[in-house]
Amino acid sequence: MTGGAADDPSIALRCEGLHRYLGQGEGRVHVLRGVSFEARRGQVYAVVGPSGCGKSTLLYLLGLLDQPDEGSIWIDRELMSNSSDEARTASRGEHIGFVFQFHFLMQEFSALENVMMPMRKLGRLGPEQMAERARSLLTAVGLGEKTHRLGTQLSGGEQQRVAIARALANQPTIILADEPTGNLDAKNSSMVFDLMTRLAKENGQAIVLVTHNPEIANRCDVIRPMRDGLFI
Amino acid sequence: MPPNLQIAFRFLTAKRRAMALSLTCIVLGVGFFAVTQAATSGLKNLFISTLLGSDGAIRIQDEIQDTLRSMHATGNDPTSSFQIEEKEGIKLIEGIQQPKLLMAALRRFPNVSGMAEVLHENVLIRSNSQAEPDTAQIYGINIDNADDDFFKVSNLSKQIIGGSLDGFRANPESQILIGSVLAKRLQVDAGDTVTIAVPSVGEQRHYTIAAIYETGVEDIDKSRIYLHLSAVRSLVHKTTEASYIQVTLYDKDRAPFDAYQMQETLRYHATPWEERQVVWLSVFKALGVSSAITVSVFTLIAGVAMGSTLAMIVMEKTKEIAILRSMGYTPRDISLIFIWQAAIVLTIGCLAGCAVGGGITYLVSLMPLPIRGLFKTDFFPVGPSPWHYVEAIATAVLVVMVASLVPARRAARLQPGDVIRGTAQ
Repeated sequence: MTGGAADDPSIALRCEGLHRYLGQGEGRVHVLRGVSFEARRGQVYAVVGPSGCGKSTLLYLLGLLDQPDEGSIWIDRELMSNSSDEARTASRGEHIGFVFQFHFLMQEFSALENVMMPMRKLGRLGPEQMAERARSLLTAVGLGEKTHRLGTQLSGGEQQRVAIARALANQPTIILADEPTGNLDAKNSSMVFDLMTRLAKENGQAIVLVTHNPEIANRCDVIRPMRDGLFI
Repeated sequence: MPPNLQIAFRFLTAKRRAMALSLTCIVLGVGFFAVTQAATSGLKNLFISTLLGSDGAIRIQDEIQDTLRSMHATGNDPTSSFQIEEKEGIKLIEGIQQPKLLMAALRRFPNVSGMAEVLHENVLIRSNSQAEPDTAQIYGINIDNADDDFFKVSNLSKQIIGGSLDGFRANPESQILIGSVLAKRLQVDAGDTVTIAVPSVGEQRHYTIAAIYETGVEDIDKSRIYLHLSAVRSLVHKTTEASYIQVTLYDKDRAPFDAYQMQETLRYHATPWEERQVVWLSVFKALGVSSAITVSVFTLIAGVAMGSTLAMIVMEKTKEIAILRSMGYTPRDISLIFIWQAAIVLTIGCLAGCAVGGGITYLVSLMPLPIRGLFKTDFFPVGPSPWHYVEAIATAVLVVMVASLVPARRAARLQPGDVIRGTAQ
């Protein structure tokens, strides 16, 4: 399993035998029970399942926001599960874009500044190039006229579109989305999903999204149902 | 602008009111620290300048004579002449027998800027309106002499408040200068005549007051009478001897070192100015330290306020911290964002504090404050120094930055997974 598949450049993300326990003492729960998974570039994956089955926990592990108790994670063919916090942070900045249910925009910053924020940290582009790219991403998500509005001056759907633009800012290998449409109405949900998948596919990025919405899940390339910490 | 600094600035502007207390306390802490230190230094500097202007930087007096202790080590041989001699202590012989020779030797010290020989004696002084004499001391001095001019080693010529020095210069044997307090007590003025008696030699003479001086130092103004050295020598029947030599230095702060060198090489007791007024100098030092501690309370409050405000921001911004971490911002970046916030408030506070301190110090210097006794001043003396501002800023930086480290470290330790999981569920 770690041989040829690990070197396949079309695989953006792979994990093997992930175990994760949460809580302490008597409240300790075995949330993930040896999950294995891989995501290819240009494909959209839906992880579905009942609440508490471990979907979000898996997503945070795949996004290197959390560390597994057991198992391995490869991001763009590089083993990251046992690497240092510094290396995982750098990998997040370079290879992973996040979209969360509660979009988490920096409310004191404009839409343009929010999108520029990951680019400024990565430092690949100059200030003008960063601003230009942020403007083009915001235009792509239909917010070209609202680039200088603060987070507080945007609707929920607009904020989620800014979050998508921000997730795409550094041209990551993988987009991880945790209930990206969970807080939006049907119309906005559809628009946000279409937008995210179209842009990711154009750039050959893998999308892994966690959702409770069967309509959204059915529009993905691959559906992976989970129950009790395992794919079924 | 670096991203961490920009984020810090935006977080800060969103919490302007909460930061106002820290900012105010930093301004007050830095400002009042500078003001109190300037005031204390002003009083101390004026005291030192009065001290140096009256008695010089070093006083050389009394010859040192080593006393010897002898010990014979005979052992079993009664005929042995082996003998050890060691210093047991020193004995001081009052006065200077050859002041000219001693002054020639003192001129070889590079830090010596001037010197004058002085002969003093206890006397009784009486004015025409008094039945009973007052006790005083006469000081014999040379003036207008290139190598031995008391006016060059003191501020006496600038402290004349009545009469003139012309008569004193023109009539060396019959004219005197007396202190303002003594003149008041004797009820005399410039031009009046007084009688000075020297009980130790049974001599008594009449003198005319050429001028009245005021140093502002009560002890000097009520007891010292200045005469020409030749007049004192004639009055007390001492032809060549001096009581002490008053020395001034280019660098007054080297006085203890120079005094030690002079004493070791010339074998005369040399006292630097710091030693002569050690009590008052200690009082000023204690005053400076105590006022610094008192006003540092403001800085301490600033630190506490800063720490609590930043802790509050950390609690409110956990989601933003998590998203920044998910974007690739390191724990160090997160920590820096909060330290930058403290640094921004600190910079504004310190700059404003320096301006406030400078302004208040100037206003204090205009405040009327007539003081006589220890020194003479009509306005509050201030001694502002850039070092006071450096000390004030250093204190503020230390307290505020240490206080901001705790919330900054807490923010850096936040695990993004925990934060997002908590929000998502």
